[in-house]
Amino acid sequence: MVETSPAPHPWSVSQPKPARAAEDIVAVESLRMHFPLPRRSPLGPRETVKAVDDVSFSVLQGEVLGLVGESGSGKTTVGRTVLRLMEPSGGTIRFRGRDITHLSRRALRPIRPDMQLVFQDPFASLNPRMTIGSIVETPLLIHRKELGRIERRDRVADALRLVGMSPDFANRFPHEFSGGQRQRVGIARALMLRPGFLVADEPVSALDVSIQAQVVNLLRELRAELGLSILFIAHDLAVIGHISDRVAVMYLGRLVELAPTRALFQTPRHPYTEALLSAAPAPDPDLRRGRIVLAGDPPSAINPPSGCRFRTRCRYAEPACATATPPLQEVAPGHFSACRRQELVLQGAG
Amino acid sequence: MTEPVLEVSGLSVRFRTDAGVVPAVNDVSFVLKRGETLALVGESGSGKSVTSLAVMRLTPAPPGCEVRGRATLSRVGELLSLPEAQMREVRGSRIAMVFQEPMTSLNPVLPIGEQIAEPLRYHRGMARAAALREAAKLLELVGIPEPGKRLASYPHQLSGGMRQRVMIAIALACDPDVLIADEPTTALDVTVQAQILELLKALQARTGMAMLFITHNLGVVAEVADRVMVMYAGRVVEQAPVRELFRAPLMPYTRGLLRSVPKLAPLEALGAPLTAIPGNVPDPANLPGGCAFAPRCADVRKVVCEAELPELDAVGAEHLVRCVRWRELAA
Repeated sequence: MVETSPAPHPWSVSQPKPARAAEDIVAVESLRMHFPLPRRSPLGPRETVKAVDDVSFSVLQGEVLGLVGESGSGKTTVGRTVLRLMEPSGGTIRFRGRDITHLSRRALRPIRPDMQLVFQDPFASLNPRMTIGSIVETPLLIHRKELGRIERRDRVADALRLVGMSPDFANRFPHEFSGGQRQRVGIARALMLRPGFLVADEPVSALDVSIQAQVVNLLRELRAELGLSILFIAHDLAVIGHISDRVAVMYLGRLVELAPTRALFQTPRHPYTEALLSAAPAPDPDLRRGRIVLAGDPPSAINPPSGCRFRTRCRYAEPACATATPPLQEVAPGHFSACRRQELVLQGAG
Repeated sequence: MTEPVLEVSGLSVRFRTDAGVVPAVNDVSFVLKRGETLALVGESGSGKSVTSLAVMRLTPAPPGCEVRGRATLSRVGELLSLPEAQMREVRGSRIAMVFQEPMTSLNPVLPIGEQIAEPLRYHRGMARAAALREAAKLLELVGIPEPGKRLASYPHQLSGGMRQRVMIAIALACDPDVLIADEPTTALDVTVQAQILELLKALQARTGMAMLFITHNLGVVAEVADRVMVMYAGRVVEQAPVRELFRAPLMPYTRGLLRSVPKLAPLEALGAPLTAIPGNVPDPANLPGGCAFAPRCADVRKVVCEAELPELDAVGAEHLVRCVRWRELAA
């Protein structure tokens, strides 16, 4: 992919696509990210944390793919690896059809404007000494050196307007804004280079409920307006449900289920998804009912359980679950699950 | 079972800052009864945590912080005017607290057994060995396997859920009448949150303690609360039994909050945009005159709403609302 030329409409991201079969913008195959740990003793074994282990999925053009999991499931590592902020230990990452798995930093640079990241913490991810305007302008200074001062200022104003903020705020500092407004600034910065693909890593989990809804709605609108493809990472299934077309569920470094949003919520096919749906407390006092409380904590990713990694907390586990790792299989059209007990009838939401 | 154990009336907390006096909590009153759970709901800056810290007498010393009002704990008396030496006897024994972040509230260089034994030794005068035996029982009570072995563990060797169980064990060591839980599950994963909520409910049924449960999560409120108090910009804006609050909220802020929560069901609503409350939470140092929610309220009538601060009206015996238009809006 060569450096993108300015698109006709200022904010549309319809860019020349190389011809290929699938309409995906990102395709990840057998992705592995293993982090080696320091040896405990000079002769001891070298242990690794298998943060991401054999994960495959794709994000389609214009699609929002939700990635849900608990802390330590590897969802953030997936997001960062897909953006090639880290080099994976194995597998392949294709971006707009091109293999970027092992590209050098220099080779990645022309691709960077097309793939951007929105961070979780709007307090830590904005430099407190920079004005809102210069924060949003920085990507232009790096990637669009040919632009003049006036043009940059206009683009900053456009970007702020796009996320529902007044361009007059450009001269103010982050501390003058609330969490929701700061997150808007983070989104404006991510959109500055008109990317086609966005990774949003827990973009609303640090925000208050009433503000959370504003930011989710903003991302929905931007996606519709700009045709963005988004990998939306979150731990809250309800938030994911309101923005995603499809949802992928991770547990201990592996994908356990991947399905269109509605199918996943209505007829989950993996016991872990069922437990997640059941554990989320519903804002309705009459629904204090038969929730499935999972015993224990997620096991360590250093020594994950043999076979199915969820089996130690699964209420449907059988001895056979310990022997082989169940692959992610298509159990219904477009609905994938990694559970060997496909005869189970699991409880969905609602 | 309905005797009041904690009565707070007219509680106000002001902070003196470089930017001027910030009223964090204004005229908050509530009664907590034995065996019940009162949820205190609000967004960041609403004053919910400061309310609980003031009752525990954990706010900064004057002149930086000024606390007014009364907080009467049964069998002890008025807490806010108690000398610090006496308050120290009450805190951790008659009234205890669980904080949000178990990693920063536990001592990282002390085994958890010692930390659970500490209140027993301090308040009950137990010997170390006896206190550690009691600590093992408490660990078992909060569902930690192999409690005898775990006494020697350090906080970093435990998961987040385990650490929060240890915090609960410390808080419950002296069998308090009142447990204040400030966002106790916010830092936890959803499957672990479910475990901790079940644990707190089971312990409450067993000991009859009253719980003041502070949270921003309405799902958690629906799960644990008997009654709910909603705070906005330092004031109570609505208070009601939990079913009534979720079925028939009267204050437009409560309604907006309930609508803005993303829900798993019904499935038809999944594809739809969320109903957000526009605008931002007001700056406590710069509150608007009249109703503090008026600038964000969809039902605002500028003339009446911005004229003066609405009173907290009694709708029924147990339902209070602070809105001049609640009668019209309820109809």
